Amino acid sequence: MTDLYQSQRAMRRMRKQAMDRGVIAILDVGTSKIACLVLRFDGADKFEGTDGVGSLAGQSSFRVIGAATTRSRGVAFGEISAMQETERAIRTAVQGAQKMAGVRVDHVIACFAGARPRSYGLDGRIDLADSIVSEDDVARVLACCDVPDYGSDREMLHAQPVNFAIDHRTGLSDPRGQMGNALAVDMHMLTVDARSVQNLLYCIKRCDLELAGLASSAYVSGISALVEDEQELGSACIDLGGGATGLSIFIKKHMIYADSVRIGGDHITQDISKGLKVPLNTAERIKTFYGGVMATGMDDREMIEIGGDTGDWEHDRRTVSRAELIGIMRPRVEEILEEVRVRLDASGFEHLPARQIVLTGGASQIPGLDLLANKILGQQVRLGRPLRVQGLPQAATGPAFSSAVGLCLFAAHPQDEWWDFDIPADRYPARSLKRAVKWFRDNW
Amino acid sequence: MQSVSRPQRHDPAPSRWSYRLNRLWLTPGYRRILRLGFPLFLMAGAAAWYLSDAQRLEALRDSYAEARRAIEQRPEFMVNLLSVEGASPELAEAVRETLALRLPMSSFDMDLESMRRNVIAFNAVADADLRVRTGGVLSVQITERVPAVLWRHPRGLSLLDADGHMVAGTSDRGAWPDLPLVAGEGAEEAIPEALSLIAAAAPLEERLRGLVRMGERRWDLVLDRNQRILLPEKYAVSTLERLLALSKGRQMLERDVTVVDFRNPRRPTVRLNRNAVLELRNIRDTDIGAPL
Repeated sequence: MTDLYQSQRAMRRMRKQAMDRGVIAILDVGTSKIACLVLRFDGADKFEGTDGVGSLAGQSSFRVIGAATTRSRGVAFGEISAMQETERAIRTAVQGAQKMAGVRVDHVIACFAGARPRSYGLDGRIDLADSIVSEDDVARVLACCDVPDYGSDREMLHAQPVNFAIDHRTGLSDPRGQMGNALAVDMHMLTVDARSVQNLLYCIKRCDLELAGLASSAYVSGISALVEDEQELGSACIDLGGGATGLSIFIKKHMIYADSVRIGGDHITQDISKGLKVPLNTAERIKTFYGGVMATGMDDREMIEIGGDTGDWEHDRRTVSRAELIGIMRPRVEEILEEVRVRLDASGFEHLPARQIVLTGGASQIPGLDLLANKILGQQVRLGRPLRVQGLPQAATGPAFSSAVGLCLFAAHPQDEWWDFDIPADRYPARSLKRAVKWFRDNW
Repeated sequence: MQSVSRPQRHDPAPSRWSYRLNRLWLTPGYRRILRLGFPLFLMAGAAAWYLSDAQRLEALRDSYAEARRAIEQRPEFMVNLLSVEGASPELAEAVRETLALRLPMSSFDMDLESMRRNVIAFNAVADADLRVRTGGVLSVQITERVPAVLWRHPRGLSLLDADGHMVAGTSDRGAWPDLPLVAGEGAEEAIPEALSLIAAAAPLEERLRGLVRMGERRWDLVLDRNQRILLPEKYAVSTLERLLALSKGRQMLERDVTVVDFRNPRRPTVRLNRNAVLELRNIRDTDIGAPL
């Protein structure tokens, strides 16, 4: 645990450095595309918020000055499968964004969809030494959480304290300075496959970039696609990506559950390719232009040229009705949504007050998806688009960029994680100076 | 059988090195050095190399001097005429000779300040104003000194202005009949006082012959009939005014006195003529009524 703890702390330091320098890059490593945004932080003209307008979740403090998207290569199911290819794709995206921004970026915050995220709920409880909760008590209660054995090949990606309780008062967001006898904490921990993360770190290092943060794409797309009251009252964000579908549940502005389904938009494309016997890029084009999931009578008459370049006239002049296309796509979309439904049920989503479901991500642009999702997931489904941030190009405002935009917000205002708190004094090495200072302070 | 080397598709990804170079190029310091420092260094180097040869440097200097010459010799900057104003014809002629300008001449070659000093060096010139006017005229505006007194000194006669400054020498007293005469050692040092004394002595104007500086400290007023008024060092003018007031009431100066000594204003002394002394004695004797 300790080395990860240290590396997460190092990433936070990197983020601090990048903030001082004012420029940081955002890298969304997805299965179908890799997006890179360059943010400029200028603390001078901070938007304070006026009557009726909140602090805008911090997105007024930065500005997107460079954006580039490239077709992803060597990524499958949101995980890196071919390192060199991915490295090249990352280089392309970073160079394009740098060119647009006109500055060199050294620090990057990355997110990825795959690596089999798994959620754990932890809790810890301590008796307070003196009746007022201090910083040190918070650190101690976080440290005393009993961490389950999540396996040696997995690493902790997020560990966020979600809720504090003092004696019998629960639902506290900041317990410092309050009085009581015992302090308890609920924590949400997300672990991912260590090897996938190592691959990503290696690729980023090969691009001469310093990693300043790492986030799960399900989490960050939830940050950008859910509006404030949805985050507050309990909702799920479903990020339908290319190779994996991320799922995150928020309540009280904290993520309490995240998971991913290893099916995505690319599988729909593959189905079309197989069903219509066309190459993958043709299938992708047909999906984006004519795709849908709800067939109507009109769709039987709408014929789609599917083309081809074999030289066989008959083969190259094939047509297919839109209804047939929908017939190919719908089972796969249903499968994805059913899988999501299973995960939602497993998480206990039905006990949340609002139960709003927001669909986002590139595959959420399929026409009629919200109607289909109504049938499978429940009535409260809407399509979500990312928040508008300053300077974002029009081309990058679609739902496919919700995780990139969410990562921008994450970079501007990261949530407190376990490693943002002090290490409790008794965890220090025995000869540490801090420990000696603590002993003095306690005894005199 | 399919060929092993398929035609390579264009890879949009930059190579590792081109990516690194691109990032290096975007580094501000490096960029500044390459875009500003390097060309500057190159230009400075080229200039230094070019100037390292003495012959080229000489040629460069020559061409610079020639260009400068060509501009200076343009008709706009040439002076063709010298006009001397405010001076008598003799003085104007003398000024022309002193300046000795070879006209036409470029105004860049003229040192107006030294020319002005030369003109002012003339005794008769109080002030001079030199200007190059439009149309290529060098105008010398001269303010002449006005002679105020004649000064007789061992080497002859001179004309002095009101400040005691030499205007010119002269040989003929008759040529300047209206100027008062001063003499004596150190007289030229105290001309302003002399002038105020002459002004104060206006009632005696017909009788006044001149002023004599005595011992470089005080004035004697010389009247006709060899009369002399000895004035003190200080308050000479007011003393003279008192004396005139005195003499007006008693007609003192009309009497047969040689010297009126006012050197000590509290104790004025009068020296009589020899005849007057005898006459005075006779009168006194007559008054007593007893002949000697």
